[in-house]
Amino acid sequence: MLAPVIHIMPLTTIQRERLLPASGRVVVRMDQKVSPVDVVAETNFGQQHVMVDVARLLGISPGKADELIRCKAGERLTSKQLIAQMPGLISHPVYSPVDGRVVAVGGGQVLLEIGDTIIELRAGLPGTISRIFPDRGVEITAHGTLIQGVWGNDRVDIGLMLPAPQLNSPGDALEAGQLDVSLRGAILIAGHCSDPHALQVAGELPLRGLILGSISPELLPLAVKSQFPILVTDGFGHHSMNSVAYKLLITNTKREVALNSTPYNRYNGNRPEIFIPLPVSQPPPQARDTEVFSNGQQVRIRRNPNIFEVGTLTNLISGLTEFPSGLSLPAADVLLESGQKVVIPLVNLEVLG
Amino acid sequence: MPSSLIDADSVMAVDVGSCTTRATLFDVVEGSYRFIAIGQSPTTAAAPFKDVGEGVVRAIENLQEITGRIFLSSDRSLIIPSQEGVGIDTFVATISAGPAIKTVIVGLLNDVSLQSVKRLARSTYTRVVESIGVNDRRKPEEQIDSILRLEPDLILIAGGTNDGATKSVQKIIDIIGLACYLMPPEGRPSVMYAGNQAMSKEVTESLSALTSSLHLSPNIRPSLDVDDLQPASRVLADVNMQIRRSRLGGVEELYSWSGGNLLPTAYAQGRLIRFMSQAYRSNKGILGVDIGASATTIAAGFQGELTLGVYPQFGLGEHLSGLLRYTSLDDILRWLPLDIPANYVHDYLYQKSTYPDSMPATLDDVAIEQAIIRQVLRLAIVTANKDIPANVQRPSSGGLPYFEPILVGGSAITNASTIGQGLLMLLDGIQPVGTTTIILDQNHLLPGIGAAAGLNPILPVQILESGAFMGLASVVAPVSNARMGTPILRGRLLTKDGNETKFEINQGTLDVLALPSGQTGQLFLEPLHRTDVGFGPGRSGDILVSGTQVGVVIDARGRPLQLSIENGRRRELHKKWIWTLGG
Repeated sequence: MLAPVIHIMPLTTIQRERLLPASGRVVVRMDQKVSPVDVVAETNFGQQHVMVDVARLLGISPGKADELIRCKAGERLTSKQLIAQMPGLISHPVYSPVDGRVVAVGGGQVLLEIGDTIIELRAGLPGTISRIFPDRGVEITAHGTLIQGVWGNDRVDIGLMLPAPQLNSPGDALEAGQLDVSLRGAILIAGHCSDPHALQVAGELPLRGLILGSISPELLPLAVKSQFPILVTDGFGHHSMNSVAYKLLITNTKREVALNSTPYNRYNGNRPEIFIPLPVSQPPPQARDTEVFSNGQQVRIRRNPNIFEVGTLTNLISGLTEFPSGLSLPAADVLLESGQKVVIPLVNLEVLG
Repeated sequence: MPSSLIDADSVMAVDVGSCTTRATLFDVVEGSYRFIAIGQSPTTAAAPFKDVGEGVVRAIENLQEITGRIFLSSDRSLIIPSQEGVGIDTFVATISAGPAIKTVIVGLLNDVSLQSVKRLARSTYTRVVESIGVNDRRKPEEQIDSILRLEPDLILIAGGTNDGATKSVQKIIDIIGLACYLMPPEGRPSVMYAGNQAMSKEVTESLSALTSSLHLSPNIRPSLDVDDLQPASRVLADVNMQIRRSRLGGVEELYSWSGGNLLPTAYAQGRLIRFMSQAYRSNKGILGVDIGASATTIAAGFQGELTLGVYPQFGLGEHLSGLLRYTSLDDILRWLPLDIPANYVHDYLYQKSTYPDSMPATLDDVAIEQAIIRQVLRLAIVTANKDIPANVQRPSSGGLPYFEPILVGGSAITNASTIGQGLLMLLDGIQPVGTTTIILDQNHLLPGIGAAAGLNPILPVQILESGAFMGLASVVAPVSNARMGTPILRGRLLTKDGNETKFEINQGTLDVLALPSGQTGQLFLEPLHRTDVGFGPGRSGDILVSGTQVGVVIDARGRPLQLSIENGRRRELHKKWIWTLGG
């Protein structure tokens, strides 16, 4: 049976595409080294439009108005610049109401694009530009520790990673009282958060990022608005972070890490990611994206019981196994790190790798 | 490939669901079509595959293992038509996998064409993100900005009766044209026009060069008093498939294998319900219910007229995290037979939406899952009921119409731990009225035979009569205003072998009369206190009932079902009802 895979790896090579939503300019070159916050491509985006209805303003037909309009698509107009004028003694000029760029002319109307802003596409991880997609973006290759999560608030930053004060186990909660100015600019690790005040204080410091094992769903609206990246490694509710991710994070504290909390999208495969760049003499192999369940695999349990615990798949049970829920499902024996052996439905497992 | 399915012997139907891909084989046995076997695989529409093809091939390989027959060549291509006993004669496919289609609806008047186009959008897997009409108070440029910001996959336009308004339609077409013009060419949406037919030429001239594809359909509102969605919903099904083909890997190949017979799953199910309602010509409607990960689908057919509602927001998969926008946590909690903390249920919604294919393994989790199923089904039924024509027969104004039968699919129900649990979820969620039969599509055949029905009307008839579906229960659901505990119905069940069971039913109770599958009986019903069991208030009558898995269920718990606000009592009643239906 096909197995879902989530990457939690001490050393790997990753390649990630960063693409603009629309055609634009790539501002880096091949083999250039980039940090997560570096801009790799940009595009202009007009956020608003203003319609100038010349025909209506002059009280003439659209065809006649088109003959009188003096600007063309692509032209930049300043506020009060002449757009059209009636000939004759009483001229009735029509001026541009705002600064903007003409994007369309026709039907006796002029459409102006205003509020032109630049969308900057950031690298999202520290690495090397390994491919350029002209006008669209780049591919970045990097080597290091990779931990993928299940939820993110769509921010990117880089910073020194520290455990939350009083973090002694992967289930310990983050509370507002633990946060002080000494943590300013850090990316903090905590087991769980259900305290909205903690997120507010973290934003006021501010933190550069927050890595959580689990989060209470009530906090998600606040987390989405937070200006620093928040990444959840395992899921929702009050649960411990999975032990593999926790150990990797704790052993890498005081290192600089890149946090890309892009939301999980099951269709395009985007996942929030923690990346810790590491020097390598030989590039390690890339992680496999597809697996079939087999004995010896390290797996994470994604539903109760034993939610988010990690273990080793020791036996694929033939046929169907009946569970306390009354459902009969394909299942496997899993040896948990505690030494306990449990039987878990295959659909509730994902392979770590 | 054979010229028609009637000439063909074997038919394979593949359904690509959000979580599971199924390959179903139908073949002719002793002169009529029979369901032979089904192969399954996880769907591979999502990353890392991003291609439904792998899941389709694995499902067919699973079917090969089960049947011992060969359908795929060594390069994993479908062998069609069959040659020397290898391959398949006809292949049809349905798909519900993939994100809901982000849709902007456009019409003229809010309560006329915009209502119609909203209903049209609901007939397939869309998510309406914007609604634009002539009474919209926003400036045209604000409407344009909204469309640009939302980046829709599809813009659905209606408006104007045939030979009616043209100027207003043109004005709105200009706005859509400008918005499309301002989008990057690779990001432009598909556009479907289902408005005033006199404007078709202008629409084509204005929009064909500015959209990724332009589709014209008959007007959904040809005159003010006529609302005709069916021709347009067929075109919309094609548009849906075209969008899927361009956005989801492997769908193009599926389209090619099926010779173009690729449909949205909900459309195929709806077609079958319409077909059955046409064939049965009953005063009652036929109801189709499918509770899937991608959407809950409700199809109601009345003498050939179909009301089809596809509700991605009530799907049991990735959309669950947004369910609380449509209902409260308390409304889910009220269906729980166990004392489970509210925050645990809240967490569950998010965890399940992250892992839509995961399954409940514990008693608590299955109780939560079933509570959610009841609530999404309730929401879908109540929403769909608003779109069902007002003139169909029902016991009370605005209440659910009479249906016979109710066909149910979706693994949420078919995989229920016990038959009784599955039935109780349906009774609680649908709350049928009068007398009906609930039939379970335990092999998920409806989409396949719905897809094949367009080519071969014989196949669905023979499959429906072949016993491939499970008669779950005959249901009597009296509608009464009597107080709880008041006797509202007397009756007797006289079986073919002469056994007679007499009963008296009190308001607020649930009871079962044994009538095993294969047996039939005459059910005599004598309502009290102007109770309506489908014959009219206080009117008696009798019906022929067939034996089913559970028997004859008399659901006198009230319509709508009012659950006790006292937690302990409510949970005890849930347990009692499950126990009554067999545990």
